[in-house]
Amino acid sequence: MTTIAVDHDDHHDHVPTGIKRWLFSTNHKDIGTMYLIFALVMLFLGGGMAMLIRAELFMPGLQLLNPDLYNNLVTNHALIMVFGLVMPAAAGMANWMIPMQIGAPDMALPRLNNMSFWLLPAAAIMLMMSMLAPYFGTGGPVNTGWTLYPPLSIQAGMSMDLAIFTLHIFGISSILASINIVTTILNMRAPGMTLMKMPIFVWAWLMTGFLLILVMPVLAGGVTMLLFDRHFGTSFFDAAGGGDPVLFQHLFWFFGHPEVYVLLLPSIGVLGLIVPTFSRKELFGYKPLVIFMIILTLLGLVVWAHHQYTVGMSLAVTTYFMIGTILISIPIGLMIFNFIFTMWRGSITFETPMLFAIAIIVMFSFAGVTGLMLAVVPADMQYHDTYFVVAHFHYALIPGALFGLYAGVFYWLPKWTGHMYDEKLGKIFFWWTTIGFNLTFFPQHFSGLAGMPRRIIDYSHQFAEFNMISTVGAFVFGLSHILFLYIIIKTVRGGEKAGDMPWEGARTGTPGLEWTLSSPPPFHSFETPPEVK
Amino acid sequence: MSKLALWARRICATGMGLVAANVAAEMKLNLPQPASPLTAEIFDLHMLTTLVATIIMVIVIVLVIVTLYKFRKSNGSEADHNFNSSKFGTWGWILVPVIVLGIDLSIAGPGTKTLKNVETFEEADLTLKIVGSQWKWTYEYLDHDISFVSTLNNEDISSEGYLREVDNQVVLPTNKRIRLLHTATDVLHNWWVPAIAPKKDSIPGYINETWTNIDREGTYYGQCAELCGTRHAYMPIVVKAVSQSEFEQWIASKQQEKVAALAEASANKVWDKGALMARGESVYTRTCAACHQPSGEGLPGIFPALKASPIALGDVAAHLDIVINGKPGTAMAAWSDQLNDLEIAAVITYERNAWGNDVGDVVQPADVKAAR
Repeated sequence: MTTIAVDHDDHHDHVPTGIKRWLFSTNHKDIGTMYLIFALVMLFLGGGMAMLIRAELFMPGLQLLNPDLYNNLVTNHALIMVFGLVMPAAAGMANWMIPMQIGAPDMALPRLNNMSFWLLPAAAIMLMMSMLAPYFGTGGPVNTGWTLYPPLSIQAGMSMDLAIFTLHIFGISSILASINIVTTILNMRAPGMTLMKMPIFVWAWLMTGFLLILVMPVLAGGVTMLLFDRHFGTSFFDAAGGGDPVLFQHLFWFFGHPEVYVLLLPSIGVLGLIVPTFSRKELFGYKPLVIFMIILTLLGLVVWAHHQYTVGMSLAVTTYFMIGTILISIPIGLMIFNFIFTMWRGSITFETPMLFAIAIIVMFSFAGVTGLMLAVVPADMQYHDTYFVVAHFHYALIPGALFGLYAGVFYWLPKWTGHMYDEKLGKIFFWWTTIGFNLTFFPQHFSGLAGMPRRIIDYSHQFAEFNMISTVGAFVFGLSHILFLYIIIKTVRGGEKAGDMPWEGARTGTPGLEWTLSSPPPFHSFETPPEVK
Repeated sequence: MSKLALWARRICATGMGLVAANVAAEMKLNLPQPASPLTAEIFDLHMLTTLVATIIMVIVIVLVIVTLYKFRKSNGSEADHNFNSSKFGTWGWILVPVIVLGIDLSIAGPGTKTLKNVETFEEADLTLKIVGSQWKWTYEYLDHDISFVSTLNNEDISSEGYLREVDNQVVLPTNKRIRLLHTATDVLHNWWVPAIAPKKDSIPGYINETWTNIDREGTYYGQCAELCGTRHAYMPIVVKAVSQSEFEQWIASKQQEKVAALAEASANKVWDKGALMARGESVYTRTCAACHQPSGEGLPGIFPALKASPIALGDVAAHLDIVINGKPGTAMAAWSDQLNDLEIAAVITYERNAWGNDVGDVVQPADVKAAR
């Protein structure tokens, strides 16, 4: 399968070189690469924090950290993983792949694209300042967890203000990126590429983009009100001034729950390409999958209060949120079903991306069923704020979001770099990281049920065994990422030459436009729009 | 007692200790044994959802394994490109909403029923108001007009009760309907004793309600479940459930204690410095040391030091003011309702004369009364 569009990029390209190429880049692939590198840096930063947290929890007693630093690490680990790792990595893949998959030369708004990336390092630096501020005598650190609930968040020092500005900048960045992606998808498709012919990854990102544009401003509003309460004498969240601490929780989770789908959907989209490719068979039930993805998006907007069942809402409201939350199992169930029946009667091989995809199907289902348990209010009144919840959302977000991105990296690295990665190392990384992950988080279901609350630095002896297993698992999981980094660097530097379509299964599984370009693709993806039949 | 009998006793005691340690070391896998009809109902609901979850997982895993095994390429499986246009390929997806909706309803039904029970607030025999503060619980028995503060008192890591035991246990009668009211003075807290009641947040400005009816005598443990700052991990709860008669005795003794303490504090007695310092140290350890530290040095950047601080060394009126009224916007609470005149006088005297602070003055209960 060689190609059409390879040879006409050299004549009229002025590829800038050196620092200018990156700093002033308007090229979707270069910006995509920067997004991915940024995410990789954040992966190690946030992961390092997780290692510190787990090391402290290895056994009862205080060993490494003090409680405020611990709470600060818990907060920053979450903020970095959500805003610094998963969202930028997914945006990086969108940047790389969406123009290539819909037959566009580049993103619709290339300069905006540059800005939305370069806001990220600024936000990351601001977050580091927030971590360091307490050591310069500016009051206590952000010790609230990523939810920033008042009144605790009112007590912290300047660290909190910096965290609020960090969220503003991350938020602006992702709103701009989303506007760009949605505009690109709606306006830049090649002739004949109707909405219902788009690859499922593009659909997933269209939904993600809409969600981000809808909910990010709510978070921005909520944290701005927090800022006003802290410094300008307002009492939005202060009961003594006529405000309401629970209002913040509603604002936060109105953003926070859709945010979960923002993290999940791009990976579901990646899965929707990988499973057909390595089953050598088209995606099962494309149309229902798209429809149920839209339903998931809409449902995701109206179930936020299941994160706060214990705040004392009325019976009617609580019942509504319970039923709504339980119904989410239908679109999620359909996704799992469709992926399994894509493999059914296929011709399956087990390359690294496919191994990840299969593991995701199983482990994400597990997060789904514990989610079903958590949706039931009276039971949640026991699970709420325990390690059961910690285990649940790590099962949702690590397989559901992070492993999907890993799968995407292995799937597309040959396309991006022109080199095949080392399949043997890839498989070792898969098993290493999957075993480490399960060893870390599976036991946490039990320590949660036994009564261990979240976000505690120290615990009584009854929880010691499970925490010890968890910590060992966490280090197995964490260290596997050194291999991940090595595989990526090795692939970028060289390796077996990858063809235009590195996976022969894609011919029958996902015969998309991206495979008609060379590997690595030309600087401008499609200069003459391809015809889609 | 003969020597032999003494040894026999010792061996028995050691043996029992070992058994007890083994039982404690046994890994707990599930929610604790419920001790009230409500938590028992929730426990059953939890077991039902766990069962449903397990069945779904078994189906998914079996289906995935069969698919991978049967349709692997190395087995010679060829992709069936007509599968998607077959009848199952076109309409098979409808199975999912139907089956999943069925599962959902099987959970939502009992869930709604139990939820109604959780939220049913009948006339209670006893009302306990629980106030969360950084980092202690204040219990008010509204029917008996007594209240007390309860804090962690076991930080000995070698002991079994590490981080679990408190200085003042909550005592509740069995087989009585008890209303639990939850609120907080500073930040969010959550009073959670899984065996006796489901949790609801303690929120400043809100009063949340839960209820219980403990059906077994015993001691039940729990702790704060909502992140509340530095010492969130150090806010345990111990509930002792006793018979009605024992409970009445306990109430009577608490009321006597209260009368005695009030009499002592309000008497216009002038205390000497030594006695105030001794009392002040115990009040300080109980209520202040969590933040300002036993050494009075605070935690730099988080909690101010009292040692050599302008307030502890300065004007006594300002010192009285900050202890009685707190400092809004910070973790410094107003202590006027929680400490009596004598306790405030003692602790201020202590703070002004301990750790090298040498103001030398003595604050009397009468001064506190005047300052209130």
